[in-house]
Formats: sequence, structure tokens, C-alpha cells
Amino acid sequence: MHPALLGLVTIIIGVGACIGYFYFSNLFLDKVLFPGKGPNAGRNINRANQVRPWLFLAPAIFALGLYLGYPVIETLRLSITDRSQDGAFVGFANYQQMLAEPKFWEAMRNNLLWLIVVPAASTAFGLLAAQLTDRIAWGNLAKSLVFMPMAISFVGASVIFKLIYDTRPEDKAQIGLLNAIWVQFEGGAMSVVFLQVLPIVIVFIFAALVAYAGYIIFRPALSGGSGILVLAARVASAALALYLIWLSLGSILGIATAELPYGEPKAWLTVPFFNNFFLMVVLIWIQTGFAMVILSAALRGIPEDTIEAAIIDGANPLQIFFRIKVPQIIPTITVVWTTITLVVLKVFDIVFAMTNGQWQTQVLANYMFDKLFRANDWGVGSASAIVIMILVSPILAWNVWNARKEMR
Amino acid sequence: MQSIAGSKSSLTWAVHISVVVMVVLWLIPTVGLFVSSFRTADQISTSGWWASLFPAEQNVVARAADPDENRVADGSTFIVSGNLFDGEDKTISVWGTSSRAIDIYVAGDTADLGDGETIAVQANGDYEWRGNDEQIAGRGQRVFATVTAQPEFTLANYDKMLLDESNVEGMAKAFFNTLTVTIPATIIPIVIAAFAAYALAWMDFPGRALLIACVVGLLVVPLQLALIPLLKLHLGIGIGKGYLGVWLAHTGFGLPLAIYLLRNYMAGLPRDIIENAKVDSATDFQIFVKIIIPLSFPALASFAIFQFLWTWNDLLVAKVFLIDATGQTTVMTNQITDLLGTRGGNWEILATAAFISIAVPLAVFFAMQRYLVRGILAGSVK
Repeated sequence: MHPALLGLVTIIIGVGACIGYFYFSNLFLDKVLFPGKGPNAGRNINRANQVRPWLFLAPAIFALGLYLGYPVIETLRLSITDRSQDGAFVGFANYQQMLAEPKFWEAMRNNLLWLIVVPAASTAFGLLAAQLTDRIAWGNLAKSLVFMPMAISFVGASVIFKLIYDTRPEDKAQIGLLNAIWVQFEGGAMSVVFLQVLPIVIVFIFAALVAYAGYIIFRPALSGGSGILVLAARVASAALALYLIWLSLGSILGIATAELPYGEPKAWLTVPFFNNFFLMVVLIWIQTGFAMVILSAALRGIPEDTIEAAIIDGANPLQIFFRIKVPQIIPTITVVWTTITLVVLKVFDIVFAMTNGQWQTQVLANYMFDKLFRANDWGVGSASAIVIMILVSPILAWNVWNARKEMR
Repeated sequence: MQSIAGSKSSLTWAVHISVVVMVVLWLIPTVGLFVSSFRTADQISTSGWWASLFPAEQNVVARAADPDENRVADGSTFIVSGNLFDGEDKTISVWGTSSRAIDIYVAGDTADLGDGETIAVQANGDYEWRGNDEQIAGRGQRVFATVTAQPEFTLANYDKMLLDESNVEGMAKAFFNTLTVTIPATIIPIVIAAFAAYALAWMDFPGRALLIACVVGLLVVPLQLALIPLLKLHLGIGIGKGYLGVWLAHTGFGLPLAIYLLRNYMAGLPRDIIENAKVDSATDFQIFVKIIIPLSFPALASFAIFQFLWTWNDLLVAKVFLIDATGQTTVMTNQITDLLGTRGGNWEILATAAFISIAVPLAVFFAMQRYLVRGILAGSVK
């Protein structure tokens, strides 16, 4: 049968079956099983109302259980068995094999980089865009243009950015935007300003922000009085902040002393370590709009009088933004951050389409796909899927905890 | 805000400039692809797409029309006249008649070719070539010119990728397959989720809170986890790889968000309406169909857009559950990744293919942005 016709038939059967199921099962419940008439009318109506929710929920529970619940258990089981030995139990052999692979650690390292850079950059750009566009007349137009990449597929975005990173031989015209800009730099004063001074300033600002955030988080720990868990979290955040500052200072030194190969076109995606950032740019480009939309709504929800009070007290715009607005939308920033973190943990298409994990750009999701469908190794593939699940689970727990708190 | 303080901020123009810079940065990648899809392979490989937006200067060689057929007698002399570029929109600045001196005349000059033979060339390419019977013969006079060409775009790439049925790399079939995947995969989860959401929002039963917590938890379960077990299941029960499998998979993966969004929205509907209907002895089914569904339209639209964008743009689920060895059921995202492998340098093909797949989501995005924003605001777990 023609696929379009098949599709149409499926829609009709699927939707018809769903509606038919709900309609007839309700009818059966009310008319046949527990008729609301006769001697036991009252009791029957009550009974019918106890059963009815489960009728409404049954297809959803079935689909959720089969397509999301069962796979969690089954993947866990597959990760401790070996397919080539007919599914024999092998304990943690798959995990051991995986942990011994350098490619896995490369994927872990890259995922960690993605987890730090992408949510931070998207949230920061989103916050900036939200704050700036809220003040101007054509803000809504600007917002919808920054938001637009949300509609573009990861694959489409990969093609878009591959064109930007395109490299051609030195004697030909560069058609990739990045190389076209790069070959304009010839080592003069402007090159130093743009390629060394400016990045150093940006990294320095980043380090300063991290230091400030780390100080804000760590300060309450000095006064004591909180639980041991909270204290541990604060100390851990402070340690992470120190590590990031150390990294930033290291890269500042690196940038300052680097000798840049001016004038040579670069194959950007093949430069190890830095190519990760070129891939991240794609996701940041997509996710900034998402962050902007949510944060913009949050910024508008800030009570006007807190800002008025700050103005009367003589606060400047920067103080208003960092001291009044940002602290009030911290919960929303957390939501945006975790949502983007989830996207990052599952990122597959971008890496698959742009480098397929070559040149040290592997990430977990693509590593897993590789194991499953190219190496055909279900055991290690499942083990790496479980690793992704473990990384997701703190967010899962936090979400569930929040949702329950909200419902009470 | 500034007006509250009584002074207009001097930063206003800085804000405008920053926003312009940001918008341009965010737009340039897409515009580059869009422009490239309207250029020929030659144009793409000789200059960057940004150059095509402005008139470009280039050196060309043109030849006057064949004198034996086109010459016109004017007394004892003969004349050949016409346009060097056949009416194409190019403007000559300087020109010459020999490859060693291509810039000795400016537009409007008349070149003396010796023995009374002359050729005059105007800026728009019109020429007049005069001489005696022997001079105006053989092949047409060559003209070397430095011209400014106007931007030139073509629809040929789209013609080739979308309408040419003999092109095995074409997107027409993949476009169609994507549509076949997307529509049922968008509608079916909505129907199932709407009923479940109603039960979770408006019916009282034991375990309701637990179920809601489960849905919230399942929202973040990575679908990577589901790939192997479900593929095994599909192969085991005979669905195999195909449309049915991918529809079911998308339904399952889309349900948590659908239920979550719809439940939150339905729980916010006014209690009075539903209780009045119950007093008037409407059944739950009637309440659901006649009251809840029409009132929940914004939430339904939000989720529909989400699910549509997600299924249209998906690569992983299609690769695992749909595309078999024959490749007959390939979807656009997969076709593009294949092209990236085989046609890595042919940007006219890649850009066109990518833009065909992007066009529909972009249209949906601009048409229904309001609902998308609403869905995003409601869907992020707070």
C-alpha cells in the first residue's frame, strides 16, 4: 500500500480506535456492568466512577510502561548480559570493557565540557537577550528572530554550521565565513586586539563571574548553621568554581603566549579539543532562544515595586540587574539550566552529522549509537545508555521532588 | 523603568546596537544557507555567499556576433551591432581588444583596429563594429572587458532536488516519508494523552499523585535507553522496522510531555463549569468531549507544535525504528546526513536539501509562535 494511504488509514484507525475505545468502554461500564438504574443504582454509579479513571488512563499507562518503563529495566538487564553468549549473565564485564576504552573517557570528558559550556552560555545569552529586548520597541521581532533556530533540526543546523566552518585551499577564495574572517587577520595590531586581547578579556570576565558566583554560594557556609548536606554542596560548588577559575587563568596564559598561524585557512572541525567548542556553538545557537523566552517571561513577572525601590535608592542599571532582578529569577534560571542540561546529555544528531565522533569529538549518545549499530555490541551499548541514565537521574529526582512539593 | 527615575537612559542606543548585533549574529548562519541554495555550484565555489549579495567585478571575454550572418551594409562599409552579454545585466567599466591590454578603453570609447576598422563599446555591452568587406568577415571581434555583474540567483537547485524524479538524491520522496511519519505521530499521542490528562486532573482515585510523579519522572528519561529493548520488541512481535514502529515509538516518547502539559492546563480550568455539567447529569465522557477539549485548545495546539517539530526534526528514532537496509523509507534528516557523507563539498546540493527540510518547521514556527511560547512556558518543570 502507498505509505501516504497507509498513514491516512493509520490516523483514522488509531484515532478512531482511541475514541471508540473510550466511548464504548464508558458505555459498557455505565449500561452493562454497573447500570445506573434498578435496585443498586447508587452503589453502581459509585463503582463505575471508581473504575472510570483507569479506563481513561489505560492506553497512556500501557504506552508509557511499554515504551519508557520497560526499557529502563530491560536496558539494565542487557547491560549485564552478553548477546554473543546467548544472553548469559556476565556481571559487570560490559562496564569493565567500556571503562577500559579510551574512546569512552574521551566521550565522558567531552560530555563534561558540553555540560559546563552549553547550559552556561545559552542561559547567559538568553538572559542578555531577554533583558535587552524587553526595553525596546522592536523587541518582539528581535526575540522571534533569536528564537527561530528552535524550529531548525539539529541536522539542518549542522549543515548550516558546516558551511560556516568550510575550508578551502589557501590559494582559493574561502567560502566558509569563519575562514574568510580568519584569513583577513595578518598579525598586525588589530589581529592582536581581536584574537588575543579580546578573548583574554572575555575569559577574564567569565572567571570573575565564576568567582563571584562561587563566593555567593560559599559565603553562607562560613556562618554555619546549615545541614551537613547543604554544607557539602556549597563546598563542592566552591571547589568547582576554583577549578574553573584555575582553568580560565591557564587559558589566559595560553592565549597570551600563543603564536597564531595567521593567513592559513584552518579545518576547524579537525583541531582536537577546540573542535568541541565549534560543535557546541551549534547547540548554543539553538538553545539561546529557548532560554530567552522563559527568562523574558520571568523578568516581566518581577514585581515592579522592588525595581522602583532600587531606583529611588540610587542603584545603577547594572546593580538593578545583578542585585535585584537576577536573584528574583534564580528559580527560573535553574529550570532553564536543567532543561538545557537534559538536551546536552542526549545530544546526538549534531555530533553524528558534523564529525561522527572523529578528531576527539565523541560524546556519550553518539558513542552509544556507535556501539549499538556499528559495533553491534548490545552489552556495552546498554552500559553506556545506563551511564546516561545515571547522569540524568539527579535531575529526574529533583523534578519529581519539585512537582510533588508544588502539588501539595 | 527609566522614566520612573525621571531621566531617559543614555544607554538606550547602546541597547539598540547590542540587539541588532545579536540578531544579525543569530540570523547570519541561516541566511548563508538560504542564499547558497539559490546559487549555482560554480558561483558557490568561486566566492563566498556574502559576495553574491552585492554587485561583483569580474573579467570576461565576449565576442561580437558572427559577421557573415549579421553584417549590414552601410555604403561601402559594413556594420555588426548588438549586445555583448545578450541583455544580461552587466556594466562595463574598462575594456580592450587584446588579451595583453584589457583595460585601455573606458566604456563609450571607440577602438581603432587599424585600416579604418573600428569597434565602439557602450557601458551596457552594446557594440558597433565597422569596417570594410574583408575586415568584417570570419569570426566576430573579441572584446575583453572588466564588468560589474549584478547578483544572480537561480531556482535550478530546488528544481533538481525537489521536482526531478530521476534524481536518486532528490528530497521529494524523503519529504513525503517525513510527512508520513510526522502526522500520525503527532495526532495519536494527543488523543491518548488528552484522556489521561483529564483523568489526572479531574477524577479522584487512589494513586493519582504517584502517577503524576511518574509522568514527571518519565519526562526526562533519555530515549537512548529505549532503543535496544524496543527494537528487540518490535523485531520480536513482527512489526520490524517500518512506519508502524516509528509511530508507536514517537507516541510513547511524546506521551509524558503531552500528559504533563495537558494535565497542568486542564487542572487550571474553572471547577464551576465541570460541576455544573455534572449536576446536569452529563457523563464524564460528555464533559470531556464537549467542555474540556474545546477549552483546552491552546494547550493541545502547544503540544501539537512541539511534537510536530520534534518528529519532523528527529534523526535518531527514524534511524533506529524506521529506516531499513533498502533505504526506501528514508526521512529528510537521514537523507541529509547521507548527503553530508557522499556530497560533502557540493554545497548547492547540501544547502538546498537542508533548506527543504527546514522550510516547513520554519513556516509552522512563524505561524504558530504564540502557542509554541506558551507551551515552552508551561512545559518547563517549575
